[in-house]
Amino acid sequence: MTSVEKVQNEIVEELSLFSDWIEKYEYLIELGKDEIDFNKKFMKDEFLINGCQSKVWLYAKQKNSKITFHAYSDAIMTKGIIALLIKVFSNQSPDDIINSKLEFIDKIGLKSHLSATRANGLMSMIKQIKIYAIGFKEKNG
Amino acid sequence: MIDFEKIRSSFPILDVKVNDNKLVYFDNAATTQTPTQVTNSIRDYFNKQNSNIHRGVHHLSNISTEDFEQSRKKVKEFIGAEKEEEIVFTKGTTDSINLVATSFQKFLKSGDEILISEMEHHSNIVPWQLCAEKTGAKLKVVSVTKEGEIDIDHLEKLLNKKTKILSITHISNTLGTINPITEITKLARKFDTKVFIDGAQAIAHQKVNVTELDVDFYCFSAHKLYGPTGVGILYGKEEILEKLPPYQGGGEMIEMVTFEKTTYAKLPSKFEAGTPNISGVIALSKAIEFIEDINLGLIFEYEAMLLNHYNEKSNKLEYYEPFGTSLNKSAIASFNLKKVHHYDIGVLLDNMGVAVRTGHHCTQPLHKKFNLAGTIRASFGIYNTKNEIDYFFDCLSRAYKMLY
Ligand SMILES: Cc1ncc(COP(=O)(O)O)c(C=O)c1O
Repeated sequence: MTSVEKVQNEIVEELSLFSDWIEKYEYLIELGKDEIDFNKKFMKDEFLINGCQSKVWLYAKQKNSKITFHAYSDAIMTKGIIALLIKVFSNQSPDDIINSKLEFIDKIGLKSHLSATRANGLMSMIKQIKIYAIGFKEKNG
Repeated sequence: MIDFEKIRSSFPILDVKVNDNKLVYFDNAATTQTPTQVTNSIRDYFNKQNSNIHRGVHHLSNISTEDFEQSRKKVKEFIGAEKEEEIVFTKGTTDSINLVATSFQKFLKSGDEILISEMEHHSNIVPWQLCAEKTGAKLKVVSVTKEGEIDIDHLEKLLNKKTKILSITHISNTLGTINPITEITKLARKFDTKVFIDGAQAIAHQKVNVTELDVDFYCFSAHKLYGPTGVGILYGKEEILEKLPPYQGGGEMIEMVTFEKTTYAKLPSKFEAGTPNISGVIALSKAIEFIEDINLGLIFEYEAMLLNHYNEKSNKLEYYEPFGTSLNKSAIASFNLKKVHHYDIGVLLDNMGVAVRTGHHCTQPLHKKFNLAGTIRASFGIYNTKNEIDYFFDCLSRAYKMLY
């Protein structure tokens, strides 16, 4: 099991403790309220992700052989979802990120609560994360 | 008196469950639901009389043509137009605006002016931008006051003899403001400016009489009038429609075609190229009957009562920030809650079964002017109730507590 899969499984397990959507959302909102490591100088259009109803900025850094992701949104719930994604993808190697399958989103039952446009927004975020990983991989040669 | 039970029972969709909650449909400004009178009409059309119109000699074509033209007559009477030739069937409000913004180019030259307002829907902005680009005319924009009303002084200042056409919404789909069309038209007449009114938000909520309003054009969509999607109306005064060139070419809109020259059909066929949405147009007449049976005067009073009840509730929330506070409003309420994102509220309301719109509601320039990234919009229709509004506010405070 790659470490990306491991983190995903942990998240699925954690969220399976909640019985209804309200509790899941409360959890996301709590995550969204947490302080995050995001430098506001990246709040520029070039870091904005298209296709989200709320604004999402995302940038990535390389630390040794791992990538860290930093993202911010003006909507709390979106910030919560971002926090989950960052848990999964930060401090992972480019290869693990590029090859990862994202089953946890379906498993935690989040997608069914997102409308098509919102689900698209989530997909754009994931796509951008993978694009960063591909970029770093190429740079590293 | 409104027979409320009867109305609700015409809308089976209102019994849909969302997340085990009963659906509360407050997105009527986006589209209204269709009563069984309308859906049955569509089903019956395809089961009993589907055929093309105006062309066949056979039985089915004859009855469909008759029903189609009967629907035109119904629309004419419904909006108080003088002639059936003045009623053009289109795909919707957007299509109606594009038709005029395209055909009217014939009368525009560089230096002419087109006047719209800051509260227009993108549908009433972009076609005019395209028109201005094509002709060299200038697009001028009337300001909106902080209450969300057209700034009439500014309108007077902008009107001049170069203003060839003015296009303004009857009711704002975001602010809910009911604009003073008669007053605006009078001002425009001084300069012989043609008046185009976007009636998308007005037509189902108050009695509209285009002759009394004395406008040159008026348009709306059937799907905001308890009718089907894909059908719209363009009303135009006969003398002006006569002068406008066709918008699209094709079947139905011609008199005689040769490869050298085509002569066009008479009104309104001149503007109805191709096979129209026949079942939809026929169903529209059922939607109009449905509304007329209830009575638009009573609908207006009923929805005003709903808005009133809504305002009493919202006034009590110190974290409620309304967008659009004109005293002259239709039953549309856009707002934000202090310090929370409209999107977060929208997601939570959705999960509680409440359907509202979040975002910019196709009025980005208006939101930008007031520095808003977006708003939440609740908009009411004839089947909504005070109880639903109470439930809405329960959900709203629950959502706010979760987020804040
Ligand atoms: C004021 C106004 N104008 C135009 C439109 C566009 O209508 P349609 O999408 O039916 O063409 C709408 C509806 O969204 C509206 O509210």
